[in-house]
Amino acid sequence: MGGALTRGERQNLLKGVGFISPWIIGFAVFGLYPLCASLYYSFCDYDVLNKPAYVGTLNYQEMVGDSVFWKALYNTFYFAVFSIPLGLFMALMIAIMLNQSVRGRSVFRTAYFLPSIVPLIGVSMIWMWLFNGDYSLVNFVLSRIGLTGPGWLTDEAWVKPTLILSGVWQVGGTIVIFLAALQDVPRSLYESAEIDGANAPVRLWHITVPMISPAIYFNLVMGIIGALQEFVRPFVMLGGTGPNRSALFYAVNLYQNAFDYLNMGYACAMAWVLFVIIVLLTWGATAVSRKHVYYGGDG
Amino acid sequence: MDDRPSDKARTVQVPGLLGTLLLCLLIGMSGCGGESTSTDADGPVVIQYWEKWTGFEADAMRAVVDDFNASQDRVFVKMLSVSGVDQKLLLSTAGGNPPDVVGVWTHTVPVFAEKGALTPLDQYLAEAGIVESDYIPAIWSCCRHRGFTWALPATPASIALHWNKAMFEAAGLDPDKPPTSIQEFEAMAEQLTLVELKRSGETVRVRFPELTEAEREAKVFRIIQLGHSPKEPGWWLEVWGYWFGGEMWDGERAVTAKSDENIEAFEWFADYSRRYGQRNLDTFGASFGNVSSPQNPFLNGQVAMVIQGPWMHNFIEQYSPGMRWGVAAFPSALGQGEPPVTVIESDVLVIPRGAANPDEAFEFIRYVNSRGPMEKLCLGQRKFSPLTDVSETFISQHPNPYIDVFIELAKSPRARSWPTLPIWAEYKDEVRVASDQVYSGGTTVPAALGKVQVRMQKRFDRVLRRWDLVEADRLAEWGGR
Repeated sequence: MGGALTRGERQNLLKGVGFISPWIIGFAVFGLYPLCASLYYSFCDYDVLNKPAYVGTLNYQEMVGDSVFWKALYNTFYFAVFSIPLGLFMALMIAIMLNQSVRGRSVFRTAYFLPSIVPLIGVSMIWMWLFNGDYSLVNFVLSRIGLTGPGWLTDEAWVKPTLILSGVWQVGGTIVIFLAALQDVPRSLYESAEIDGANAPVRLWHITVPMISPAIYFNLVMGIIGALQEFVRPFVMLGGTGPNRSALFYAVNLYQNAFDYLNMGYACAMAWVLFVIIVLLTWGATAVSRKHVYYGGDG
Repeated sequence: MDDRPSDKARTVQVPGLLGTLLLCLLIGMSGCGGESTSTDADGPVVIQYWEKWTGFEADAMRAVVDDFNASQDRVFVKMLSVSGVDQKLLLSTAGGNPPDVVGVWTHTVPVFAEKGALTPLDQYLAEAGIVESDYIPAIWSCCRHRGFTWALPATPASIALHWNKAMFEAAGLDPDKPPTSIQEFEAMAEQLTLVELKRSGETVRVRFPELTEAEREAKVFRIIQLGHSPKEPGWWLEVWGYWFGGEMWDGERAVTAKSDENIEAFEWFADYSRRYGQRNLDTFGASFGNVSSPQNPFLNGQVAMVIQGPWMHNFIEQYSPGMRWGVAAFPSALGQGEPPVTVIESDVLVIPRGAANPDEAFEFIRYVNSRGPMEKLCLGQRKFSPLTDVSETFISQHPNPYIDVFIELAKSPRARSWPTLPIWAEYKDEVRVASDQVYSGGTTVPAALGKVQVRMQKRFDRVLRRWDLVEADRLAEWGGR
C-alpha cells in the first residue's frame, strides 16, 4: 500500500479522479447499473411498465422448456460453427495475399477493408436484392451456368447458409489484424526454410500459422462473441425470424421477448445465459489454444 | 506510521467528490424530466402530442391541431412525429415522463391498459357526454378493455377485396361481378392464374384450369400471374379464421387457435401451396415489391385479387393511375345471408398514465372526435369517420370512390378487430410460424395449430394469474379516477 500522501499528492489524486469522472459516471450509469439491474430483473417477472416481482429462478426454468429458445440457440450455434471458421479462413487467405509485394497493394488493401465500414443496414438491404428469389443477380448468374438458384431468403433450408455467406464479405477488421501479425513474422524464418527446401504450403503451415497464432486466437474469440450476438442482418433481411423461425437468432429472440412481448425479466435471463455461454466458449477456446498459441516473448 | 491523517483525509475527500458528481448527475436527470411539464404561468398549457404518422397523414393531423390551437387560447398542442411510437410510449411511461397524448393503434390498447400504462377515459367521457352510440360499434369496442374505455379513435380502417377489372376481362370474367362466396372466389382465382410451362418441347402459357391432371400433379410450371395469394400482403393472415366463423379466443380465459373454423381457414390457406406448389409461389412472390411502390403486385398486374384497406386507393392513384379496379366484401365461407366479414383497426389517441396534463389532453382528444375536425382529418388521410353521425357531403367529397363499401363493412356485425389480448404480439408470431409450417407442408394444420394452442394458453394462463392478483386493485384504481 502507498505511504503518506502529501498535500500535493492528494490534490493530484483528486484532480485525477475529477478528470476521469466522466468515464466513471458514464460507466456506472450506463454500464455497471444496467448490468446489475439486468441480473436482478432476470429473477423477476418484469414487463417494464409494472414494478418487477421477484419470482426466483422461474425465468431460467421456463427457458429450459421453451422450444423457441432452443431453436434460437440452435440457429445461432449453426451460424457460429460455419461462419467463424469460414470467416477466419477467408480473412487469413486475403491477408496473406495482401501481404505479398504486388503493384497497387494499398489499393487492394483499401478495397478489401471497405466493406467493413459500410453500415450494416445498408449492406443488408443490398443483400436482400442480391438474394431475391426472382429478380436476384445471384440467381441470374447461376441461371447463366445452367443452375436454378434456390429461394435464398424464402426457403427454410437456405436462409442460414445465406446469412453465413453474406457475413463473410465483411471480414476487413479481421484481415487488418492478420496483416499486422503477418508483418511481424521474421523474414529470416522463411529464408532458412526455403534453403531447407520447404514449399509454400509447408511454410504457411509450419511458419506463418504458428507465428501468427496469437492473432488467430484473438480473432477466434472475437468471432465467437460476434457470431453469438448476430442481430442486424437476420433482423433486417428476414424480418427477425425467417420462414418457420429458421433464422431466429438468439439476440433477436431476446429482443422480441424484451420489446415485443414485454417479457423483460425473461429477456434479462436470456442475456445472462448468453453471457455464460460466451464465457464458457471463450474459456474453452483459451484452454484448447494454450498449447498451440506461440507468444514470441515467452521464448 | 504517520500516514493516518492523510488516509483519513482521502477517505473523506473522495466520497465527497463522488457525492458532488452524483448530485450533478441527479440535477442533469431531473432537468430532462421536467421538460414535458412546461406549463407557462401566463400563457396556455402546452401539451405534448406524439404521433406515428409522417407525410400526408401527419399533415392532415397537423391541420386539425392548428385549428384546435387557433380555436382557443388555454391549451396549446405541440405535435411531434415519432417513429416506433409504441416503444417510446412504453419507455417514457416506465420512466415516469410520458407525453400528454399519444397516437397508437387499437392493438396497443389492451397491452398497455392491462399493465396500467394508460389513463382510463370513462369519467371524462361521462362528463363530455360521449357515449357508445356515437361510434361505429366495432370501432368503439376496439377502444375498450376490461370494462373501461382507454382510447378514442382517430382514423379507422376496414379491409375488403380489391380486384383488377382488366385482368377479369382478360380471363373472360365479368369485371363488375366480384365473387360472393369462397367457392366462387376460388374458381375465379384459378381462372385468373396464368402459368407458363413446356408442352412437347414448346413453351406455352395457359390458365390454371386448362392444366391437365398430370401437369397439376407435377407442378412444373412458372407462375406468370396469380388470381390470389393469401400471403399478399399477408398483414392479416393470422385471422383468416374470421372468414370461416372462427375466433382467436373465447373472450374470457381460453385461446381458441385450434377451433374447427380456424383449422378450416388454415386448410384453405395451405391449399394454395398444395395447388400451385410452394416453390412456384415463393419464386413468384419473391419478385413482389414494397406495398407503396410500383412493384406492388396488385398495382403491376401480377395478382388479380387482394385484401386491402382504403389506403390502397392512394397507392393506385400514385403508381397505377390508369388502373380499373373495384372493391367489395372479401367473400366468406359462412354462406349466403350471413353479414360480410372484415377486420377493423383504428389509429387511436390515448393519455399515458402519469401524463402531466390529462384534462387538457382530453380536451384535445374530444375536439378531434367532434364531427367537423374528425371529417377533416379523415378526408385528409382518405379514411372514413369512426362516428355514426356523418355529414352529407363526407362521402361525396371523399377521394376514394369506394369509401362507402368500407363504411358498410365496418358497420357489419361480423366486423372484427385484432383480438384484444395482452399476449397478442406473441400469439400473432406463433400463428405466423404455424402458417409457415402448413404452407411448406411440413406439418398438418391441426398439429401446427395445436402447438400454438398449447403454447399460447400457457402464456395466457400466466398473464391471467398475474391479472387475478392485481385485478381488485386495478379496477378500484381505474374506477376511482
